[in-house]
Amino acid sequence: MENEAGALSRVAGLFSARGYNIESLTVAPTEDATLSRLTLVTRGSDEIVEQITKQLNKLIDVVKLMDLTEGPHIEREMMMIKVKTSSNDSREEIKRLVDIFRGRIIDVTATSYTIELTGKGEKLDAFINSFDKTPILETVRSGVSGISRGSKSLHI
Amino acid sequence: MPKSPDSRAFFLGATNGALSMIRQLHYKKRDCDVKLTGAEILTHFLHDEGVEFLFGYPGGAVLHIYDALHRQDKVKHILVRHEQAATHAADGYARSTGKPGVVLVTSGPGATNAVTGIATAYMDSIPMVVITGQVPTSLIGNDAFQEVDSVGITRPCVKHNFLVKDVKDLTSTLKKAFYVATTGRPGPVVVDIPKDVTAETADYIYPKTIEMRSYNPVVKGHSGQIKKATKMIASSKRPMFYTGGGVILDDASKALIEIAHMVGAPVTNTSMGLGGYPASDKQFVGMLGMHGTYEANMAISNCDLIIAIGARFDDRVTGNIEKFAPYAKIIHVDIDPSSISKNVKVDVPIVGGVNSVLKALLKQLKEDGYKPNKAALKDWWKQIEEWRSKDCLAYKTDTKIIKPQFALDTLYKVTKGDAFVTSDVGQHQMWAAQYYRFDKPRRWINSGGLGTMGFGLPAAMGVQLAHPKAQVACVTGEGSIQMNIQELSSCLQHNLPIKIICLNNGFLGMVRQWQEFFYDSRFSHSYMESLPDFVKLAEAYGHVGIQVTKPGDVEAAIKETFKLKDRLVFLDILTDPTENVYPMVPAGAGLDEMILI
Repeated sequence: MENEAGALSRVAGLFSARGYNIESLTVAPTEDATLSRLTLVTRGSDEIVEQITKQLNKLIDVVKLMDLTEGPHIEREMMMIKVKTSSNDSREEIKRLVDIFRGRIIDVTATSYTIELTGKGEKLDAFINSFDKTPILETVRSGVSGISRGSKSLHI
Repeated sequence: MPKSPDSRAFFLGATNGALSMIRQLHYKKRDCDVKLTGAEILTHFLHDEGVEFLFGYPGGAVLHIYDALHRQDKVKHILVRHEQAATHAADGYARSTGKPGVVLVTSGPGATNAVTGIATAYMDSIPMVVITGQVPTSLIGNDAFQEVDSVGITRPCVKHNFLVKDVKDLTSTLKKAFYVATTGRPGPVVVDIPKDVTAETADYIYPKTIEMRSYNPVVKGHSGQIKKATKMIASSKRPMFYTGGGVILDDASKALIEIAHMVGAPVTNTSMGLGGYPASDKQFVGMLGMHGTYEANMAISNCDLIIAIGARFDDRVTGNIEKFAPYAKIIHVDIDPSSISKNVKVDVPIVGGVNSVLKALLKQLKEDGYKPNKAALKDWWKQIEEWRSKDCLAYKTDTKIIKPQFALDTLYKVTKGDAFVTSDVGQHQMWAAQYYRFDKPRRWINSGGLGTMGFGLPAAMGVQLAHPKAQVACVTGEGSIQMNIQELSSCLQHNLPIKIICLNNGFLGMVRQWQEFFYDSRFSHSYMESLPDFVKLAEAYGHVGIQVTKPGDVEAAIKETFKLKDRLVFLDILTDPTENVYPMVPAGAGLDEMILI
């Protein structure tokens, strides 16, 4: 999209006005400062997804649109999660869990760990679900970003 | 009779002449190195863009712009009495000419008042550029006096909108606004200009063209799809054309008539499409949909091919979507891909400008050596004529009370079907669509999508300004007319001899009709109490008012109305309050399940 004020609200406004769901949405500038990349996850029948695609393409600020699920692609989401560590045992257990999920502990206090984890949405869900006893203090997820596999690229 | 406004007009004319001389002396020379203020850039740009009329209303945030307008005489400003009317007038101008309508309003309430007119234009894809004043950039977000987030408020009802934060971007933004508004599927564009931007200076050179990397509307249809479509037409036994506002917006009437005559199929129009195909042509079967003709709705329910052109399968057209056109394959031509397969799944989508695609279809049919299937068409037309013989628009005349259908039939006869007709919304709108048989495009001006009461009179102002010599009738009701009646004052100021044909039945007729049918005649708040004396009201505004109460006087009164060529006439016709619009497809029913009279 054009990296312009209001571009994001046009996309968000379109989804609410037409009753479509936004499951997640991420947006940030690209290597070209005049362009932003927005990745949005939504759910719907083929007809609804087709209509969403057409409506998004109509927005003047949308430069190019690609449905990543039409081909092989990679999805990633980043999460930071803060958990309470009450005892040495629980600290050990959490450390093991983080290693299994290939996460990193990025901040430590006497009573908490902050963990960084990247992967597909399901992996992050699984990680959260694995804390059955440890209290989660805070979770922040970036929303899904994605890119197609192979040399094909979304570029103008 | 009111006092003649002639003396006043003469006085104004003289003053205007003197003023314009003074203004010309002050008008800065073009193409020189002088930097212009944002306000001057705007007036210069509008002139260079070919804008004749600017419909507007002044206020604090646009004072610099109004001052620049005062110092030039190229763009004519039309002062209205309410900003909603400015947008409808610009809309009427656009619909009747094909050129974009241009509006100027102030910040805050000026912008919010304009929203209804912007949404009206958006729903019917009318090219319009609306300039809204804004508080100075330093105050944006401070809840300043007359501040409103105009870009935010209008976002869902514009094709695009802009906030200009730097005077250096003003010219290119204005060019983009006109480009976006008038190309592709047209629509309204808002340009919000803070007051300080209109005071700061910049160089001005009129840009002849503009490029936008994210906006490239498709015009030409895909040749493969066009070939598929012509094959489908050739193999159809019961084809039918269903055409809408797109034919009028793209000036495609000529191509439509040519292809319809070549194929020999019946043609139906949506309410927005009336006049796109001549109503007097034998192949025309009338409007379709909720208040469409029996023959149009039966034909679309029984045809085996719909050739949909510049129409969008709106819910008022299709009735119950499950029951819509069960036997038909569908070819759909539209410039907006999102209109295709939105409500009804189509077999051959063709994205492109209607005129260009129709011409391509004609060329392809000729190349294919297309010959209509005469035997099949003969059977098809035999069936259609049977439906047509029901004469579903026949109405009973009465010697005591005026039937609204009779009044509009008479209007058609007196004006020889050659008037521009604007309408408001409700029963009178449907009767006008049914009984004023439009033969030419851009003659029927109504709010089809949004259904905006109060549209008719201001829209007629825009039409009359664009066509000063033409007969312009505003068909309205006593409910709708009161939603923008203040514009009678603007009509006097700008000498607009509009003929207001008010079908006065003392009811919000369409609401009353639904209450009668579906709410056991509980007429909740649909009765118009304490109506003004419209004759006196018209006179108070300096116009002519005529009231007619007997069927025998209708023709003479309408003739008298149109004889007063230079005057606005308010013709108050007291009509039968119990009359309903027929045929009618009730909500949830299929088109072939209509209620006839």
